[in-house]
Amino acid sequence: MNTGDTEARNDDASGAREALAGRRAFLGIAAAGAGGALLAPGIHLIEVAQAAAPAGAAQGANPKVRWGLLIDTTKCASGCNECVTACQTENGLGTGTSPTDPQWIRKVEIKEIKTGRTASLPVMCQHCAEPPCVDVCPTGASFKRADGIVLVDRHICIGCRYCMMACPYKARSFVHEPLADQKPDVPRGKGCVESCTLCVHRVDRGGQPACVEACAKAGHHAMLFGDLNDPASEIAQRVRQVATTQLRADLAVDPGVRYAGL
Amino acid sequence: MNRTHLYYLLLALGGAVTLAGLGAAHVMDEHGHAITGMTNQVVWGLPHVFAIFLIVAASGVLNVASVGSVFGDPVYKPRSRLSGLLCLALLAGGLMVLMLDLGRPDRVIVAATHYNFKSVFAWNVFLYSGMFAIVALYLWTMFERRHAVHTKAVGVAALVWRFVLTTGTGSIFGFLVARQAYQSALLAPLFIVLSFAWGLAVFLVAQSVMYAWNGHVLPETVRRRLARLLGVFVGGGLYLVAVYHLTNLYFARQGAFEAFILRDGGVYPWLFWAGYVVAGALLPMLLVLHPRLGRPRCVMAASLLVIAGAFALLYVFIIGGQAYPLDIFPGYAVTSSFADGAIETYRPSWPELLLGLGGVGAAFVLTTIGVHVLDFLPRDDESVGVKA
Repeated sequence: MNTGDTEARNDDASGAREALAGRRAFLGIAAAGAGGALLAPGIHLIEVAQAAAPAGAAQGANPKVRWGLLIDTTKCASGCNECVTACQTENGLGTGTSPTDPQWIRKVEIKEIKTGRTASLPVMCQHCAEPPCVDVCPTGASFKRADGIVLVDRHICIGCRYCMMACPYKARSFVHEPLADQKPDVPRGKGCVESCTLCVHRVDRGGQPACVEACAKAGHHAMLFGDLNDPASEIAQRVRQVATTQLRADLAVDPGVRYAGL
Repeated sequence: MNRTHLYYLLLALGGAVTLAGLGAAHVMDEHGHAITGMTNQVVWGLPHVFAIFLIVAASGVLNVASVGSVFGDPVYKPRSRLSGLLCLALLAGGLMVLMLDLGRPDRVIVAATHYNFKSVFAWNVFLYSGMFAIVALYLWTMFERRHAVHTKAVGVAALVWRFVLTTGTGSIFGFLVARQAYQSALLAPLFIVLSFAWGLAVFLVAQSVMYAWNGHVLPETVRRRLARLLGVFVGGGLYLVAVYHLTNLYFARQGAFEAFILRDGGVYPWLFWAGYVVAGALLPMLLVLHPRLGRPRCVMAASLLVIAGAFALLYVFIIGGQAYPLDIFPGYAVTSSFADGAIETYRPSWPELLLGLGGVGAAFVLTTIGVHVLDFLPRDDESVGVKA
């Protein structure tokens, strides 16, 4: 083997190494690019989610707060459905009332059998302090936030409907059909259970539930929202002054929704 | 037709029923539960009737093995293997129905990775999977002579586990504080006693078919003992069902619900009295306990009636119990767009029925394969002094 041959072979070898290095670099860039292309939408979604998260959401719900509702049945008008319509619009629910349609809030007309006294009132998730739906949920999808709002984690709800069996207020609905046109703030999905969120997306931004706003807008002012734990709040003062009732108080689940005038 | 052909024919039939069930589950998953009879009021329907029957019967069918290996009874011992196989098959069929009826069956893995230990359902995930493991081990000790010494110990574990499992199944309903039909501590023992009768009925049907298949005849003393035991179990179940309704009737607040289930509720009182009490309990007891009856055909008929009665009782209990409205406003007449205060009409749909039957088909296929490939046929040693 002469020197020229060796040099030529060395040149070939170094050329091959360079080519290999070039291919590796290309593959590396391609892999990074492909990975980036795969991950980018996810990162983008995270950014969107973070952008959508309200200020203060990073700390989580405030355990000192107990959000609640006070419903004055003496002001609630029979036949008025403003709260129900507002809930449907806010949360992207349909207006159907078939047995399989979701109804997060409904107007109930009651008549005392012995006396004939009537009343009209909205019933929704009562946001219990001891929620039976949370107790029975096998995966922990039903949960209570530190501020008392009872929610369903749509990522781990398996659709067993045990919470619907356990709820004393028939407050939960099952999504019986495929859905379209959902509201970005209110993710929903076929096969999961859902219920009133107390408009948590509004509350976390310092707002009020849509039903409460609609009731006031209609001039009834039958619904009052606020922090039951804050002695200075209007709701806390009212429940101190006026006799109020919790539905099925005998069950001792301590609902955050109270009714006056029942 | 020779036996191999018959085996494949049975397998094909069972497989077709199972496939129909899987197809129904797929259709339900595609279209949502809107195509079923289930609603926001009756949230558990026909699939749950099938699933609860299969799971409760799975627990009860193991009774035969327990009496054999735990209490050492020579009549029951040769039947332990079949008892174990039927337990696994019924449990698998029941769980298949339960899982495929979920709103999100694709998330079944979530049920195995996220637990809320306060939930009876979460306990049941462990109880059911543990049952599979213990019964599989139990069967292994029965098949493998080297491990036969452990049969009793594993049998005791299976016996205890079985009681806890059925307690868990009864407690699914027993812990529902707000429903008139449920919320009773009696439901756990009731389900245990019902499981004895339902499981033994399934066992007797399977055993009769296997004996006929193999041209064997069940010794009369054995048949009479098993038949009498079935009669006692059915009587025990009927007694506890009566106590459950009597306690309800004693509470004034439960009066309207009991009137609905026992008298005014249309299909439910019919199914309860004619389906469960007469056809599912009194008639089978007469067939197996009357001294002039108790012939092989009587025992077979009684077993089938007990199974039919079980479905009637569960339909009344699960669906009738939900059809009756929640009493959110005691003392008030109530109306709303969400069926408050109204009796819900439940119409079972084809997909639900097929899914439920699919679970039965799966249990049948597993049993058929099991008895074909392994030796599950009970063999009575005539020299063993069987007690009459």
